[in-house]
Amino acid sequence: MVDKVLTANRLTDGIAVWLDAKGRWSTSLQEALVARHNEAVEALEAIGKKSYADNEVVDVAVVEVQDTNGSLWPLRLRERIRAQGPTMEYAPGYAPADPEFIAV
Amino acid sequence: MYRYDEFDHAFVSERVEQFRDQVQRRLSGELAEDAFKPLRLMNGVYLQLHAYMLRIAIPYGTLSARQLRMLARIARTYDRGYGHFTTRQNLQFNWPKLSDIPDALADLASVEMHALQTSGNCIRNVTADHFAGAAADEIADPRPYAEILRQWSSVHPEFSFLPRKFKIAVTGADRDRAAIQVHDIGLHLKKNDKGEIGFAVYVGGGQGRTPMIAKLIRDFLPEEDLLSYTTAIVRVYNLHGRRDNKYKARIKILVHETGAEELARQVEVEFAALKDSELKLPEKDVEAIASYFALPDLAERAEGWENLARWKKADPDFARWVQQNVQPHKNPDYGMVTISLKPIGGIPGDATDAQMDAIADLAEEYAFDEIRVSHEQNLILPHVALADLEAVYRGLVAINLAEANAGLITDIIACPGLDYCALANARSIPLAQEISRRFGNAERQAEIGELKIKISGCINACGHHHVGHIGLLGVEKKGAELYQITLGGSGDEHTSIGEIIGRGFEPDRVTDAIETIVDTYLGLRLDPSEIFLATYRRVGPQPFKAALYGATAEAA
Repeated sequence: MVDKVLTANRLTDGIAVWLDAKGRWSTSLQEALVARHNEAVEALEAIGKKSYADNEVVDVAVVEVQDTNGSLWPLRLRERIRAQGPTMEYAPGYAPADPEFIAV
Repeated sequence: MYRYDEFDHAFVSERVEQFRDQVQRRLSGELAEDAFKPLRLMNGVYLQLHAYMLRIAIPYGTLSARQLRMLARIARTYDRGYGHFTTRQNLQFNWPKLSDIPDALADLASVEMHALQTSGNCIRNVTADHFAGAAADEIADPRPYAEILRQWSSVHPEFSFLPRKFKIAVTGADRDRAAIQVHDIGLHLKKNDKGEIGFAVYVGGGQGRTPMIAKLIRDFLPEEDLLSYTTAIVRVYNLHGRRDNKYKARIKILVHETGAEELARQVEVEFAALKDSELKLPEKDVEAIASYFALPDLAERAEGWENLARWKKADPDFARWVQQNVQPHKNPDYGMVTISLKPIGGIPGDATDAQMDAIADLAEEYAFDEIRVSHEQNLILPHVALADLEAVYRGLVAINLAEANAGLITDIIACPGLDYCALANARSIPLAQEISRRFGNAERQAEIGELKIKISGCINACGHHHVGHIGLLGVEKKGAELYQITLGGSGDEHTSIGEIIGRGFEPDRVTDAIETIVDTYLGLRLDPSEIFLATYRRVGPQPFKAALYGATAEAA
């Protein structure tokens, strides 16, 4: 099975977040809890539904990742950009996404 | 400029407070997302890839300095210090917190702005020629009619839940700068033999997954019938537009399936019943609205001609900017200035808070307090004395917005793409930046001449790729970005939909492909006055296909 993590957007500010091992929503993909079998994915989905129902997050989704040299790396480009932000300089104080992380 | 009356003020302020209450109830958990989502969309609040997005309406693209300064303030206070001007004469903020949005809307209301109907299946922000009221070739100013349509369509009880979104554009010159033939309704102001004002009415244009050019269904609609005829069109659409399939719900599909003649007949039946109703526009009301859009009191500034000649001689960069970014005004002592939001390697349509503040200052000092937003993601100062052009130019140089590229190959339209948009399949902005850098040399741009590149990151075509002379559509193939190239599109009075030239290109090959297309054009054109689009229309796609894929290559 492909490894999976649970992601969403925080209700209050819409910022992309990932569920970590302590059951909290982190703004870093690298802190995400990885589900490596079906039961674990089901557990993630259940937590996602509860967090949504509890009005903590919106747009909850399970996304596919792989472990690359100790880093979590989403398989879809969309999710890699979500994890690191826009891929170009856009505002002072905010670095663009790492091109190597974004690369196919 | 139109000013809110008491009703407008009260209405917009009430909506802000209503939304503030809805947000508070959402944050407290009293309102669930399913119930809240349609409410936030009615106030222009989307949830995008990284955060919420607030889309603000700029009716017919007209702004005052005070309003632009407020947009800068909102960017600084509630966002990350910039805003993004879109192809629909809107402004989008990409990072507002939901909890801050009611305050941002209250700030907007204080300068007579709002975000209503910038989302949802309703009549969206009415757009118009960005040179309205100033252009030398204008028959009449389209903005009073756009304002009348705005008032009529705002929370219109019958048209707030249409089958899909509905877009209206108005132009007042023979040269169409509002792309009216790719709108649900396009209105072209004209005068009849008696000198009376009326409209040619186009219906059923649009881009997206099924691009279509609008059909002319009325050659001359009298001014007084504007609202009754428009109501008739939207009523027929509301009645017969498909609600079973959102991809077939736009009026362009209805026109295509019903036939323009039959649709026009149905519209005429509705119109006959409405023609003499309260929707008939009284002449005095049109005059009252039009008075808000009167040309400023332009003093004679004949000294500008001599000054301009001297300045151009002394500064080739300034001369190039005047040549490319200043267009003839109704008054020969004045010009219309395009402020390119496309610095070489920049993000098309983005402006920082400091740039917005500086442009507001320039507008106040040199341009009668008026700024326009173009559907090509640039800003316009519509009335600048030739005698003040040098000062305006210096002001723009200071904020890195004096690129002399209006209408040239680096004046690229690009949607936000996969860097921001939840719907996108591929990125648009980095591609625009790379093309801009490759062709950034001023002499080379001048040699190439007018060439419009438009980039969309998905089939919804927010970057207007279908009507780009060169269009780029980003798609996802096997998890990676791929770009389809279309050639020969145009969004002017001779609107055409671009043709797909062949199989798509990986991101790192697109700019080379553009270069091949440009080089092929330069080798084919009859002389430098023949622009890319004219050459393409004369020779067709084959030479470009051969250059891109080899003489025997088949289009994929």
